[in-house]
Amino acid sequence: MADIAHLEAHAAHDSAHDNHTPTGWRRWLYSTNHKDIGVMYLWFAVFTGIVGGLLSGVMRMELQEPGIQIFHGLASMVYGMDAASGEALDAGKHMYNVFTTAHALIMVFFVVMPATMGGFANYFAPLMIGAPDTAFPRINNIAFWLLPPAFILLLMSLFFEGTGPGALGFGGGWTVYPPLSTSGHPGPAMDFAILSLHVAGISSILGAINLITTIFNMRAPGMTLHKMPLFAWSVLVTAFLLLLALPVLAGAITMLLTDRNFGTSFFKPAEGGDPILFQHLFWFFGHPEVYIMILPGFGIISHIVSTFSRKPIFGYMAMAYAMVAIGFVGFVVWAHHMYTTGLSLDVQRYFVAATMVIAVPTGVKIFSWIATMWGGSITFKSPMLWAVGFIFLFTVGGVTGVVLANAGADRALHDTYYVVAHFHYVLSLGAVFSIFAAWYYWYPKMFGYMYNETLAAVHFWVMFVGVNLIFFPQHFLGLAGMPRRYIDYPDAFGFWNRISSVGYYITFVAMIVFFYATWEAFKRKRPAGDNPWGDGATTLEWTLSSPPPFHQFSTLPRIDSTKAH
Amino acid sequence: MVTGQFLRKIGAISAAAMALAPAFVMAQEQVAEQTGHPVYGQFHLQRAVTPIMDSIVSFHDGILLWTITLIVLFVLALLIWIMIRYNAKRNPVPAAFTHNTLVEVVWTVLPIVILIIIAIPSFGVLSDQLTTPDGQRKYLGSNIFSFGEVEVPAPELTIKATGQQWYWDYEYVDDGVSLTSIMLNEEDRAATKPGQPRLLAVDNELVVPVDTTVRLEVTADPTGVIHAFAVPSFGVKIDAVPGRLNETWFNVRETGIYYGQCSELCGKDHAFMPIAIRVVTKDEFATYMAAFKAGDYAAANATLVALQ
Repeated sequence: MADIAHLEAHAAHDSAHDNHTPTGWRRWLYSTNHKDIGVMYLWFAVFTGIVGGLLSGVMRMELQEPGIQIFHGLASMVYGMDAASGEALDAGKHMYNVFTTAHALIMVFFVVMPATMGGFANYFAPLMIGAPDTAFPRINNIAFWLLPPAFILLLMSLFFEGTGPGALGFGGGWTVYPPLSTSGHPGPAMDFAILSLHVAGISSILGAINLITTIFNMRAPGMTLHKMPLFAWSVLVTAFLLLLALPVLAGAITMLLTDRNFGTSFFKPAEGGDPILFQHLFWFFGHPEVYIMILPGFGIISHIVSTFSRKPIFGYMAMAYAMVAIGFVGFVVWAHHMYTTGLSLDVQRYFVAATMVIAVPTGVKIFSWIATMWGGSITFKSPMLWAVGFIFLFTVGGVTGVVLANAGADRALHDTYYVVAHFHYVLSLGAVFSIFAAWYYWYPKMFGYMYNETLAAVHFWVMFVGVNLIFFPQHFLGLAGMPRRYIDYPDAFGFWNRISSVGYYITFVAMIVFFYATWEAFKRKRPAGDNPWGDGATTLEWTLSSPPPFHQFSTLPRIDSTKAH
Repeated sequence: MVTGQFLRKIGAISAAAMALAPAFVMAQEQVAEQTGHPVYGQFHLQRAVTPIMDSIVSFHDGILLWTITLIVLFVLALLIWIMIRYNAKRNPVPAAFTHNTLVEVVWTVLPIVILIIIAIPSFGVLSDQLTTPDGQRKYLGSNIFSFGEVEVPAPELTIKATGQQWYWDYEYVDDGVSLTSIMLNEEDRAATKPGQPRLLAVDNELVVPVDTTVRLEVTADPTGVIHAFAVPSFGVKIDAVPGRLNETWFNVRETGIYYGQCSELCGKDHAFMPIAIRVVTKDEFATYMAAFKAGDYAAANATLVALQ
């Protein structure tokens, strides 16, 4: 009770200052407002998404035909070498690896995580639990403002020496395995990348602390954890994964840093170190990381499916605890990324069994979404299109995960394009579709305007066709044996690679539609109203104006203890 | 209007797919004849020539592919049914149920059952891969639900493969001879082995006898980086880690030339350090090795039919 009284006093205090809403650059740079910070995260992710998406475009253009077409020319433009020389060719091959690495790091740390845990979680978790703001608004500010410098460090890394003179940037993959990331890249590019990851990691840990504290302490009176919306649940689980996984990454890359610069030998075989130790540390972070990217999407999809079916979420408790289970089991399956490193038979057996367990809670989620729609009265507005698209594509990506979980089958597929197809189906199609679903679902709430529904639907359909065309043929390439991270491939792989590249161009058109639709919505300024989605939208954010007031819930909402979720 | 656009798009794609179909069927017919490298347009695993790859193909094509295809089609069917039956026009009043214990138990237990059915052959296939033959143990081969019916002899030959940036060194450990295998550039390939695939052809193939179990030790240069030794038609893939000696094995039943590629990112020429293994008859191998051990690698190679 004391807490609530305190909160109410706090809220009253805030509303007294409503007239002092900061304006201009102060509003953003000094922002302690969760909604403003959330919006900044989103625009940041839009910007970095363009960078990461263009990098993959250059790679798909390169892979469209067998042979090296693009990168030696690109290298000659950057370094001023003769494009026909072997020197330019070597620089181009290295540059391709730099592109794959930067694409992955940008998409993981600077697009998906800022969009879901930075943008939507910051903006909507407090609204959904009926809180006036997050628990630590100043931490929220610094968490966001650490990201642009982290991104700049990563971009700077592209222009520092990597493997040697005339080979700028780090080209060892987002997994930064030593010795390729230590003795293999003696130049400072890798150090910049490590510092970038450190800064981005600090940002994420601060954000996670803020969200965990907010969700535990600032729920509106009557909102028990078991009444909390599933998006808040997904954010809570994700924040714990961040809190537990990122320090391990930070430790591992600090060990890399000292191996590189200060004479330690954690990972140097010649001095008694072990490169495989790094892989264990990395994947202890890396596997939870993939759930960090997808879990907020699970929460988002639950709300959208429920809203547009005009039906409560099916199996709320199972949905919440399935996410907890996925988060928990996600920490004990890491070595399924390492089946070919020479792990013993028993260790591989354990990781096969543990990994397959994840399919069970994931299946619960898929079927519960379907059961939520079952018997509903569904309108297929654009957020719902993205949500249904997500469910299907995530299923495709999920089942190929079951294939890869089997070490016996992974022997043939490890480090091939099958893996590329798998993780792009769950992340590029899964997580990104959930981000677009959330964008179209909450756009009217965040900005107060309604977008053009037809444009949003065109965006969906074009992108759905495009991304499937990119990634489905990559399963075939992987089965036929095409390894990942190859700038050039035997001519036999030409057929599916060409189709995959065509898919990229279609996706590119879809992104143009997206930017046009966003621009159009801002230009036309069609007022959205408080709740454009009707009686299916039951969470607290829809009780507020669109956009919500600068400070909301100056009187805390009370959650009816008898009301269903 | 949106639906119209979508249908037109689907139409265009199906038309494109049909146009491509003949090229496709031809490509697949080649698979039966050509082994050891991918063929144009291939959409499945490479043809197996070892008991290990037999079991991988049976496991993937026989169980995994069917299971995942059926699950995806099932989910897709449910989604399509929902779109038809439960759209706002057909079903203006939504139901309000939020629980159904029976279906919740079913969709928790049924996946567990499916996973157990997958796990049984999965563990068998995995155990075969990681157990070097002793001459007694039986291997699964294509029949992954058996208790093992394929006899595999104990290793008679040990080869050590060392990943370098960016080529492979091979050592016949028992015979004390070694060779270096480097990818042919396009000029050399056209001049010496025009019939071999681009990016896969090498100057010196690793030569091994048919129907013989080969113990393969894999490592990388101690001062170098991690590579991975992979030959798809053998079902072999194992990392070459500096400071570690990983072991695997293969027993090939058909003579021929089999290609693989480095499968762990190792720097700028990662895509350009293929693995080429030439499997010859036991007699041919004996002649080859005798000449090699006499100290003349060129003469040893000359005992084999020249690769086109």
